[in-house]
Amino acid sequence: MTTVETGTELPSLSIEVTPTFVVSTALATRDFQDVHHDRDAALARGSKDIFLNILTDTGLVQRFVTDWAGPRALVRAVRIRLGVPCYAHDTLTLHGRVAERAGAEAVVEVTGSCSLGEHVTGTVHIELPEAA
Amino acid sequence: MTGAVEAAAERLAAQGESRPRLGRDPVNPAMVHNWVEAMGDTNPVYTDSDAAGEAGHGEPVAPPAMMQVWTMNGLHGTRAADDPLGAMISVLDEAGFTSVVATNSEQTYHRYLRYGEQVSATGRLESVVGPKRTGLGEGWFVTTRTNWYVGEELVAEMMFRVLKFRPPGAEPPAEEADHTAVLRPVISRDTEFFWEGTRKGELRIQRWGSTLRHPPGPMPPDGDLSAVPDYVVAAGSGTVYSYVVHHHPRVPGKKLPFVVALVELDEGVRMLGELVDADPDEVRIGLPVEVTFLRVDEELTLPGWRIAR
Repeated sequence: MTTVETGTELPSLSIEVTPTFVVSTALATRDFQDVHHDRDAALARGSKDIFLNILTDTGLVQRFVTDWAGPRALVRAVRIRLGVPCYAHDTLTLHGRVAERAGAEAVVEVTGSCSLGEHVTGTVHIELPEAA
Repeated sequence: MTGAVEAAAERLAAQGESRPRLGRDPVNPAMVHNWVEAMGDTNPVYTDSDAAGEAGHGEPVAPPAMMQVWTMNGLHGTRAADDPLGAMISVLDEAGFTSVVATNSEQTYHRYLRYGEQVSATGRLESVVGPKRTGLGEGWFVTTRTNWYVGEELVAEMMFRVLKFRPPGAEPPAEEADHTAVLRPVISRDTEFFWEGTRKGELRIQRWGSTLRHPPGPMPPDGDLSAVPDYVVAAGSGTVYSYVVHHHPRVPGKKLPFVVALVELDEGVRMLGELVDADPDEVRIGLPVEVTFLRVDEELTLPGWRIAR
């Protein structure tokens, strides 16, 4: 990463949302709501399949930005709003661009879309290492 | 029901911040490894001492986005007794808003956590907004604030919002009941003529000689037991003498709110009836009205009023 300025686009990231991915991230975030690991329960509650939980979205949005910003960047805030659900067997694609840059701090706008539309939108506030 | 939800929300919001609740385990490598593997996060500062050192952390740190994970209740966990979100969810469950979906999470990290640190969390209820029509069904947006501490030090904060909604198909019975399910009047020998009149579209007033009387009774105002009444047919016009707007409780066959007017007839007697097709805001004492007949079935027609336009 050489220069970070307003408008800089992040490389997009596509994630195959397999049932294993949905279940392993739900359990790794200690979220045992049945709709994130039990397909029968999810169907009974009116969902199409098991779906990603919000703690995972927070984690994915953070990961997407630090994959780009590198290990020396500090994450200060992750603010997300959920849209359509992201069900198992879908693909989640994350896009981002730098919305603000002031001194060491930058705000990255992130959008994650799946086949149903916008699943997650938000911002990540980061502190960049010197010379970034 | 709306009032009960709002009252509970106000009470719980007034309680403020709950007592700090400790996460079950200190920040530890096993949970971090599970998390970074599941997320596919390869940032080495979470697992590699050298990389953490180079990045200025000194030692491996936990991913900041894991903050909430440390204080999740777990598979068989229960909420603290003073947890305002748990209490609010119970209130909404009882009100029929049984499903839940998270909609917003805004986390701010004051610093990264180190292995071995023990995190505690406090929660408070910020707001409950609703009921709102949403794509998922009717529901309430419940917003809470969580603060995370290590000892006395505030390390992170979060605004968290969930939608508690009523899944489609679980709606309560429709507001409008069967129109014929009215409260039926008792028809006696003294009032039979009146109800026969309404069936024929006549508004009949009992007459004792030259005296008109309503409601009809068994004897004239002077108590003459030998008197026999007849009736006159009212012109059907009058003015509102007094009225009430009924908001609660529900009444069979009626859509709320509705207006009940005491109408002074041109003939001088006063008669009660629903003032139909009237906006409660436009009703006033002295408003000119005319009779209308509300047919319930073959047996029963109720007299009512509408505004004379």
